[in-house]
Amino acid sequence: MPAIAREREIRAAEQRRDEELERVDAMRRLQPVAMLTQVTKRYKATTALDGLDLALRPGEVVALLGPNGAGKSTAVRLMLGLIAPSDGTVRIFGSDPRNPATRMRVGAMLQLGRIPETLLVREHIDIFRSYYPRPLTFEEIVRIAKLEGIEKRRFGQLSGGQKQRVLFALALCGDPDLIFLDEPTVGMDIESRRALWDEVRMLAARGKTVLLTTHYLEEADALAHRIVVINKGRVVSEGTPAEIKGQTAGRKIRCRTKLDLDTLRALPGVTSVTEDRDTVVVTAVLAEDVVREMLLRDETLSHLEIASPALEDAFLELTASH
Amino acid sequence: MSTTPIAYPMNTGHGVTRSPLASLRILGKETRYEFLKLLRNKSFSLAVIGFPVMFYLLFGVANRGTSNGNIHVAKYMLGGYACFGLVGAALFGIGVSLANERAAGWLELKRASPMPPLAYLFAKCATAVAFGLIIVAILSTLAVTTGGVSLSVVELAKMAGVVVIGAISFASMGLLLAQIVPANAAPAIVNLIYLPMSFLSGLWMPLKYLPHWVQRIGMTLPTYHLSQLMFRIFGYDDGSAVSGHWFGLAGFTMVMLGVSWLIFNRTQQNA
Repeated sequence: MPAIAREREIRAAEQRRDEELERVDAMRRLQPVAMLTQVTKRYKATTALDGLDLALRPGEVVALLGPNGAGKSTAVRLMLGLIAPSDGTVRIFGSDPRNPATRMRVGAMLQLGRIPETLLVREHIDIFRSYYPRPLTFEEIVRIAKLEGIEKRRFGQLSGGQKQRVLFALALCGDPDLIFLDEPTVGMDIESRRALWDEVRMLAARGKTVLLTTHYLEEADALAHRIVVINKGRVVSEGTPAEIKGQTAGRKIRCRTKLDLDTLRALPGVTSVTEDRDTVVVTAVLAEDVVREMLLRDETLSHLEIASPALEDAFLELTASH
Repeated sequence: MSTTPIAYPMNTGHGVTRSPLASLRILGKETRYEFLKLLRNKSFSLAVIGFPVMFYLLFGVANRGTSNGNIHVAKYMLGGYACFGLVGAALFGIGVSLANERAAGWLELKRASPMPPLAYLFAKCATAVAFGLIIVAILSTLAVTTGGVSLSVVELAKMAGVVVIGAISFASMGLLLAQIVPANAAPAIVNLIYLPMSFLSGLWMPLKYLPHWVQRIGMTLPTYHLSQLMFRIFGYDDGSAVSGHWFGLAGFTMVMLGVSWLIFNRTQQNA
């Protein structure tokens, strides 16, 4: 009897896994929600984007990373239909982003200098809600953006973090299918930031697409299904956070050792060695082999730490070499 | 066991067009909030309403007994400062506020949203008209109660009409200024244009008291044409052809709108 039950269980699990794989596969075959194809944007003196390709699919959170001037905000503004490309095409939901029908399915949170300060939070939300055919209810918006208690306050009287939350509310109030978040958690305290992250995850779970630009690499690491690194107007690297991190020169071994730097550099698999106060930092792809070698040669080795590459290191390396 | 991929809904265009009622509702909300926004901004509302009222009290009501020929000074001043007030409401309410909103990136967020751009422009224009009407109402009340001025209902209605036309006309100038003037300098530059223009057009003092060469400059200004239309209601105009003033004002509005359009398109391409 138990054997038959187990059989059934295994088959059920296999079925669920098959369904999951099919769903992921189906998602991949879905049409992209947003597509930049060989997009170039030239200004008089500079070329902001140079043959950029980018596709966003339903239900994914994509983080767009790059140094200042890389072209991130230009790409976002092209997708919002605020500017037109010099070459190439921009397609949002299959049509021109400047089409009003397209705009009704898009929400954006931009970095703003000032927003009308004499209007109340409630009034700002009221206006933006009216633009959309099927907006969320006011109560729902307040709940999602954690604006309880400040609805009747003038925008000018809010703290920095509260202002960010209102801007987030304006981005979401129309229940859009595609959301652009430009540095969304700047100036927020930890709780608000985590709350926003939770909301972004829920949006993705509901099948919405989120494009995130951020300088907080921790944020990209925590939220993104896929990271796109751009520099000088081109895509430099693309992949899941794990894949991007895997493109660094290796993991960092930190310890106190009596071995000198030249010996360490000569060890097989070591890519770099630096000194940091009283410890030594050895970077190697196959960290365990190097550590084994070091322990053999130096019995007095102490304070051993091995760290996984941070997204920051990957990012710096990727944008430095291009 | 295969599932057909669920086609993600592309824009088929159905269900996402706005009904005319919804558009009207947006227009109403946009206008109401634009008005509230400016009204609550004390530095704007107190100045735009306060200055014409203050000047009228100082120069109009103070002269309530005097007449110049058949021109009752307090009534003349009513017309003059009504024009002064409405032009100020348009230039500051639209020119300066639009310049600020552009600089702050707020305009970009609105443009990225499904807001119909015409609703935004209409709201700003209607707000300028509203402030103009408020100024005229206050000035008229002061004129009738403390200035010894007699105003018929017809005259009042015609004044309101001129306010609407003037506010729309100078709204177009505000639109142009907002595009070419940097936001920080906007209040100063608007003042530098607005105050001399008002003076030279005879809003504060009838043109015939100014030197001839000043008069010749003044007669080319749009505020002159506007004021003549206003004075004509009381019979205080300088006798020049009414059609000339209408054409002058209309032409001015067209030029302002045309140049705004050109600049807007050029910035779109270079944006």
